[in-house]
Amino acid sequence: MARSTKESTGIERRRFLTFLVAAPVLTVAADLSTAKTAAAVVPSPPAVAEIADIGDLGILVGLPTAHMIVIEVTDTVRLRLPRTEVGQGITTAVAMLVAEELDLPIGAVAVTLEDARPELLFNQLTGSSNSVRSLYDPIRHVAAAARGRLLAAASTLWDLPTRKLHTRDGAVVAPDGRRATYGTLTAAAADRTLRTGAAQPKPESEHTLVGTPTTRVDARAIVTGQVRYALDLDVPGALPTMVRRPPTINGSVRSVDNRAAVLAMPGVVAVSVIPTGVGVTAETFGQALDGKNALEVTWNRGTVDDLSDSDISAKLRNAAPRFPAPNPLVQTVDADFEFAFVSHAPLETNSAIADVRADRAEIWSGLKAPIIARQTIAAALGLPVDRVTVHVTQAGGSFGRRLFFDGALEAAQISRAIGRPVKLMWSRIDDMRHGRARPASHHKIRATMALGQVLSFEHRVASVETDFRHGIGEILSAAVTHLPIIGNLAFSQALFLTTIHTPYHFGATKHQLSEVPLKMHTASFRSVYSANTRGAEEIMVDLIAEKMGKDPVAFRHEFLKNDRQRAVLDAVASAGNWGRPMPDGHAQGIGIHDEYKSCTACLVEIDARDRAEPRVTKAVIAVDVGKPVNPRGLEAQMLGGLTDAISTTLRAGLHIDKGLPLEGSYSQFHYARQKNTPTDVKIVVMPAHGKPGGAGELGLPAAVGAIANAYRRATGTTPTLFPIHFPVDFEPFPR
Amino acid sequence: MPKYTFTVNGESVTVDAPADLSLLWVLRDKLGIRGPKYGCGIDVCKACTSHLDGEAVNPCVVPVADAAGRTVTTIEGLADGDTLHPVQQAWIDHDVAQCGYCQPGQIMAAVALLKSNPNPTDADIDAIENVCRCGTYARIRQAIKSAAATM
Ligand code: FES
Ligand code: FES
Repeated sequence: MARSTKESTGIERRRFLTFLVAAPVLTVAADLSTAKTAAAVVPSPPAVAEIADIGDLGILVGLPTAHMIVIEVTDTVRLRLPRTEVGQGITTAVAMLVAEELDLPIGAVAVTLEDARPELLFNQLTGSSNSVRSLYDPIRHVAAAARGRLLAAASTLWDLPTRKLHTRDGAVVAPDGRRATYGTLTAAAADRTLRTGAAQPKPESEHTLVGTPTTRVDARAIVTGQVRYALDLDVPGALPTMVRRPPTINGSVRSVDNRAAVLAMPGVVAVSVIPTGVGVTAETFGQALDGKNALEVTWNRGTVDDLSDSDISAKLRNAAPRFPAPNPLVQTVDADFEFAFVSHAPLETNSAIADVRADRAEIWSGLKAPIIARQTIAAALGLPVDRVTVHVTQAGGSFGRRLFFDGALEAAQISRAIGRPVKLMWSRIDDMRHGRARPASHHKIRATMALGQVLSFEHRVASVETDFRHGIGEILSAAVTHLPIIGNLAFSQALFLTTIHTPYHFGATKHQLSEVPLKMHTASFRSVYSANTRGAEEIMVDLIAEKMGKDPVAFRHEFLKNDRQRAVLDAVASAGNWGRPMPDGHAQGIGIHDEYKSCTACLVEIDARDRAEPRVTKAVIAVDVGKPVNPRGLEAQMLGGLTDAISTTLRAGLHIDKGLPLEGSYSQFHYARQKNTPTDVKIVVMPAHGKPGGAGELGLPAAVGAIANAYRRATGTTPTLFPIHFPVDFEPFPR
Repeated sequence: MPKYTFTVNGESVTVDAPADLSLLWVLRDKLGIRGPKYGCGIDVCKACTSHLDGEAVNPCVVPVADAAGRTVTTIEGLADGDTLHPVQQAWIDHDVAQCGYCQPGQIMAAVALLKSNPNPTDADIDAIENVCRCGTYARIRQAIKSAAATM
């Protein structure tokens, strides 16, 4: 396949996507780079991810229902968003788009989260960093249509042509100064017989709000404690409930041996057995927790009882095929890396409210895939889907975790079993041990070089299987498998190839994923495969540069594939003062990542004098997402990715011991605290161009590479096992 | 069951509860005060941080009996009517929150810090142990510094 050098940034995303479905041969245009291929560099043909990344696939499948977003216009505008808000700021970005298009103050736009609506199909899945990307056009079009109707209604009212009217501050304004607020026009604007012209969204050049730094729409509610997460809702009669869980993953209940004693405890109302454990319902969560702890249960074995980290490591090492002996005629760099399991650990533990009656059920939970949750819960309860209502609540973080709805399902099962509404909350210990985790992975990478060029780059990844049974699988099987380049690869391999590409001209470039199926609770974690895979590659890039006697920044500059990537690299190198002298034990490190039609560079400084407590002291990040809708929200996402990278690279992971993670709280799973994070963070948002790319998951991989590279340069030791400092420095909680 | 009387956010309340029931569940489940969040229940994550007689405490490990006769302030009681506390305002100005779940605790911890130390250094701010799983630490640091400057 020929590499396109055509300038493609002007291509309309939707046209491109249609074109991608209809005529895959022209998919080369998906490479948004504007660069001419540097003649001196051995070109790599575009990898699958450059043609269509996962965010695109979600958009492709979603298109037929994308225009079903509902907005209601009175003096305020209400938009029911078929996504969930987990902290990523999507409600703010969407409110900005509506306010922009309708010339309203952002405060007049209320965004609420849509209940599960099966007719939305894949368009109600929050993931793959595709929310802004997939909603940008539809929301602008929907709002523009509303604006067109309001103008037409005013035109009829005043008998003036619409071209003489304009909208400002929530009203249609006539040349003589007359104003009609949207609220007064809404009924007339809703009249089907009203004639309107074709409504087009504003040209982006006229945007005054979109693209400007905007504070979250719920900022005040958050700082006053008014946001209602699932368990903050008052559902009449819903009683606090917790579940006692088995001593190993996927164990099940054989018998409850002291039910009567627990039922007699203060406040305890009910004890129920469900497939995943024993529920205790009480008047307060404190009492439910005491009851859960007091239970004596005989358990059946789980699915991985004999498995510990060393066994998993060995399986992964064996699953990634070894490279043959190096060719003596070329220079070779080989490196192996290994990453531990990582808990998603959102601060709000898994939780849900369920009110199940004989003929209907109602659920409240922070769900990223509410449709499949609704269908599964209906099936589990033996109810028709239309008798199950699933309300999506704002959630206290996700990072991929809330693609799964296990808490909502358990709440429904317990509510059914005890015949009353329940509020289910997982304990933190259970959330870490029986919750979801990013799977452990092993990486073997080989690069060959000769005559100042990289001739080949091959990356063999072995990963514990990632569980995608929450709906992304359907998206991919519906869309990817129709892309001829992917053919019949297994689903996760399709996802892997769809998301991973090396942004360098490294000659013959090859990626391969081998999955080790283990019956554990895994889930995609922010950046899915990229955090580990691309993080490891950025370490490898430094190793190759060193072998070739080149500076890490100069080397990247030479081998990066396009000018967008070089621009973010240059931005951090200059803002971060790359190469400045550092005291002993301190160093700078750099990393690059390109995905979701966006790219980013990260430069960090580390103080690694104490190897057990290395601290990233400074970070400079440059980010190019095409068109940032809300630069302030984008910076927040990059900051989150940086903190995730600091945590998972240096200290945060799970030890698996005989079928269960040992870590049970933040005192053991060392997610970064204030003292582990840089006092100096600078984020450069590159000037807007083109359409919005993805942002939510972009930040992690470049920062992983930067931190590991800085650690290597500070200590002289190449880190190969992640997290780098990972002792069992605690007494595990009892099982 | 014993009864305990104390003041929460300016109002006197009396609850029936076992002496060892933690204040967090008394606030959330018996009084419907949902600002303080559960994140660990063992004084590790600090999501529940509130004030007892003006000092930061973690109600998940404070038995209700210990609150008797004392004054509890949660995030809901921090603002003066519609006028936000300067720390809350700084949090909005710096757009600190992401998911927001840790932020009531972060704000209550910052208010307590500034009360005892009106000009905290980076090292003083480092001592705040509240977990923010969304990783908003850099903005928290800036917000504390600008709140310190305005107070
Ligand atoms: S819930 Fe109180 S410290 Fe974590
Ligand atoms: S904002 Fe989500 S945990 Fe802090």
